Amino acid sequence: MTFSANFSLVLPEIVLAIAALVLLVAGAFRGKVGAIFTLAAVASLVAAAATAVLGPHGHAFGGVYAADAAATYAKVAIYLSSAIAVVLGDRWLAQRGDQKFEYAVLVVLAALGMGVTASAGDLISLYVGVELQSLALYVLAAMRRDDAKSSEAGLKYFVLGALSSGLLLYGSSLIYGFTGSTHFSQIALAAAHGGSHGVGLLFGLVFLICGLAFKVSAAPFHMWTPDVYEGAPTPVVGFFAAAPKLAAMMMFARVLGDAFPGSVDQWRQILVIAALLSVFVGAFAGLAQTNLKRLWAYSSIANVGYALLGVAAGGEVGLHSMLVFMVLYMVDVTGFFACLQALNRDGRPMETIEDMAGLIKERPGIALAMTAFSLSALGLPPFSGFWSKYYVFKAALGTGDVMLQWAAVLGLVGSVVAAFYYLRLIKSMWFDAPAGSVDAPSPSARAVGYAAAFFSFPIVLVALVWLDPAAKAAAAAFGHA
Amino acid sequence: MSGLLSLTTFAPIVGVAVILAARAFNGASEKTDTLAKWIALVTTLVTFGLSILLTVQFDPKNPGFQFVEDFAWFAGIHYRMGVDGISVLFVLLTAFLLPICIVASWKSVEKRVVEYLIAFLVLETLVIGVFCALDLILFYLFFEFGLVPMFLIIGIWGGKRRVYAAYKFFLYTLLGSVLMLAAILAMISISGTSSIPVLMTFKFAPWLQTWLWLAFFASFAVKMPMWPVHTWLPDAHVEAPTAGSVILAGILLKMGGYGFMRFSLPMFPNASELFQPLVFAMSAIAIVYTSLVAFRQTDIKKLIAYSSVAHMGFVTMGIFSGNAAGEQGALFQMLSHGVISGALFLCVGVVYDRMHTREIAFYGGLTNRMPHYAFVFLLFTMGNVGLPGTSGFVGEILTMTGVYKASTWTAIVSATGVILSAMYALTLYRRVMFGEITNPELKTITDLDAREILLFVPLIAMTLILGVYPNLVFNLTATSVDALVGAWRAAVGG
Repeated sequence: MTFSANFSLVLPEIVLAIAALVLLVAGAFRGKVGAIFTLAAVASLVAAAATAVLGPHGHAFGGVYAADAAATYAKVAIYLSSAIAVVLGDRWLAQRGDQKFEYAVLVVLAALGMGVTASAGDLISLYVGVELQSLALYVLAAMRRDDAKSSEAGLKYFVLGALSSGLLLYGSSLIYGFTGSTHFSQIALAAAHGGSHGVGLLFGLVFLICGLAFKVSAAPFHMWTPDVYEGAPTPVVGFFAAAPKLAAMMMFARVLGDAFPGSVDQWRQILVIAALLSVFVGAFAGLAQTNLKRLWAYSSIANVGYALLGVAAGGEVGLHSMLVFMVLYMVDVTGFFACLQALNRDGRPMETIEDMAGLIKERPGIALAMTAFSLSALGLPPFSGFWSKYYVFKAALGTGDVMLQWAAVLGLVGSVVAAFYYLRLIKSMWFDAPAGSVDAPSPSARAVGYAAAFFSFPIVLVALVWLDPAAKAAAAAFGHA
Repeated sequence: MSGLLSLTTFAPIVGVAVILAARAFNGASEKTDTLAKWIALVTTLVTFGLSILLTVQFDPKNPGFQFVEDFAWFAGIHYRMGVDGISVLFVLLTAFLLPICIVASWKSVEKRVVEYLIAFLVLETLVIGVFCALDLILFYLFFEFGLVPMFLIIGIWGGKRRVYAAYKFFLYTLLGSVLMLAAILAMISISGTSSIPVLMTFKFAPWLQTWLWLAFFASFAVKMPMWPVHTWLPDAHVEAPTAGSVILAGILLKMGGYGFMRFSLPMFPNASELFQPLVFAMSAIAIVYTSLVAFRQTDIKKLIAYSSVAHMGFVTMGIFSGNAAGEQGALFQMLSHGVISGALFLCVGVVYDRMHTREIAFYGGLTNRMPHYAFVFLLFTMGNVGLPGTSGFVGEILTMTGVYKASTWTAIVSATGVILSAMYALTLYRRVMFGEITNPELKTITDLDAREILLFVPLIAMTLILGVYPNLVFNLTATSVDALVGAWRAAVGG
């Protein structure tokens, strides 16, 4: 492969990098954000998604960078979800007279970082992607500088994120030390031969998994999630809960599927424990929450637990289930936070369950959408949340590993516990008397909320017909680094 | 005619669309509410008509599934519908009861009428879907989503403790169903298909059958409900609006019995045999214990709810008796209980609409002012007791005959349930209806009006016709039941 041919493989990321820099310069010189500015950011993200779909497949720069079906699948979801985040966040900030050009730039940069991790074929490129993404996200969390909670969220996210990056790096260095390579395919080869470096390599793997568990906010590394979700601006939370989660799950898939496909028995135990802990922490801690953003933070912890069960199933089937799960989950969670962002009472955001009382009378459309998201999160058929769980649990039950099968059954039981808090939200919206009038929702947030609700049901029933084979093809791409 | 099943199943959804269109066109007003009621009534009647058409075209000699529709969906899941002699009966029952539910709510529901009707129509689609689905996942879709409309019906239009009852109903049932979901996923993974007809002949290893049976049992036993997981039912019944109770007792409970016959027995025959004593014991306890509990109730609806649990005890033991008499009896009992308990809840609704209380002690001497009501209530009380000539008798006598062959002791213990049911039902009737009116508030209570009489006529007709000529049902179900029993006998080698 000629050197220049490599660039056609990384075209989506080049598009984003140039766009981010141009936007940054334009923003710095002009100082204010217009519709064209936001539109340009959205256009660059959509263009990147399009190049990812249309571009060639292959491995660039000596295998450091993989442009395969899996990367394409993840990138399309990540870039489109980022594009939605740009629009929603921009509208939200504009509503508060606090528009900042940095917002769009940071989302584009975060998307770029996520794209790199999704394509990582090497520990170094993985780490570079992680850091690029994380640094942008820390700043996004602290976007509202004069709001103490937002600053707190940013700081907490940064400190704990830095710690997790440290773990990630330490694990990577151990792996490099014992295998002599940072390249996933070389690591896979060395791990397959086992030998004297087995224990050291395992240590490295454990550290790496811990670092990644921080990034996906799986228990017992979940502590930052509720505080960050509560403090950060609502549209930013909607973004956090969607694209970076998929990116982090992609890292799991890359590391475990590309670098350690042969060590399933070793990493499966860790993942199963983390998954079950996440499901139960998410379910039980969520019971005590009254703030919806905190509640959905715990809900996201539980959902990450389900996704990890899919990864733990291993192989093509497990990764297939995780990829379907994450995309369906992303749509739901984006829609939910869009609805939450649309709801204000006398200019103040409505964030607690009590605030939602009688919403079905005040804003029937948004209440219906939020009901759909709650039922979907509950895993009730025929909503998309059921299908995502369907894939994951089918994969976990189909492995023939008794531990994983019991974990799946326990996970399902955990979902019943979590059902209680989703029902509480529905109860508040449907059964209780209205708590006062609701401000007119912003059209963009409402449109995203409705669209996501329609996707959750009934569009999902049709969408899965093509999503299923796409995810299958993506899952088949792992292990060929 | 192909597509008839889907048409029957989704006809109520068409009604929902029309109602929504009517509201969008007319705005929210009283006129819209009335219009919506008529639309809902016409929709349910059309659905009933379609279900009759289905029954007429159904070939009772054919033991297999008929009217089969099969479209591949994704990931190996099919949209696959079909009915046999067992399920066609339940489709008919559902479609029969729904118009009655709509008429029963004509006056008693005042707030959010349009949403109420939509909930009932959606529920009808889901329940018919449960009985027609021939794909595990499709079945689960219908089965599980049925929780939502019922949750809303109890939670929005229910009584004082409606929220508690709605939660309890939802969470109990959900816990049972997720275990079933685990079993469904395991079955799909092992057999590689989600087709119910294929799985009915698929032979799972006996140890696996045990686990799968238990998981399905967790779901259906709650739905049924069987002792000791029946405690959600009295709460749900007491808080639900009248029509909600009718549909709950009349149809939703039957999904449990249907599940046992469609899944547990044919798919896990060895496990069904293994757990036969457990089911018998639980059924016998349910019959005796809940009858005694019913005797002690002070709330009319609660009493009838407990009596439902007792009657469902006959059904479960009949199903697991494993012979044709038991199965036929269980099926018949489900059908008859659907009609009779539905009618009894309507009877409670009649006095509740007038007095807004269900306390037994509040009433007394109603015969003096409500002679028509006294007749209707007496007829259904007798049906509930199992008086010969009513449909209640046929179901009980057949299940006990069937169970007697399988376990003499169970039959003997459960026979006491017949006496106990006479005890609580007749006591209820005496305390509510007979004697002099002592409560001054009752002095002005009015008898049934034309709408209410119209409501009871089809139910009375069904109770008596089925009681006198039960072959109407047996002709329909015999072939399918024989196939079910034959397959079970072959599998357990008995």
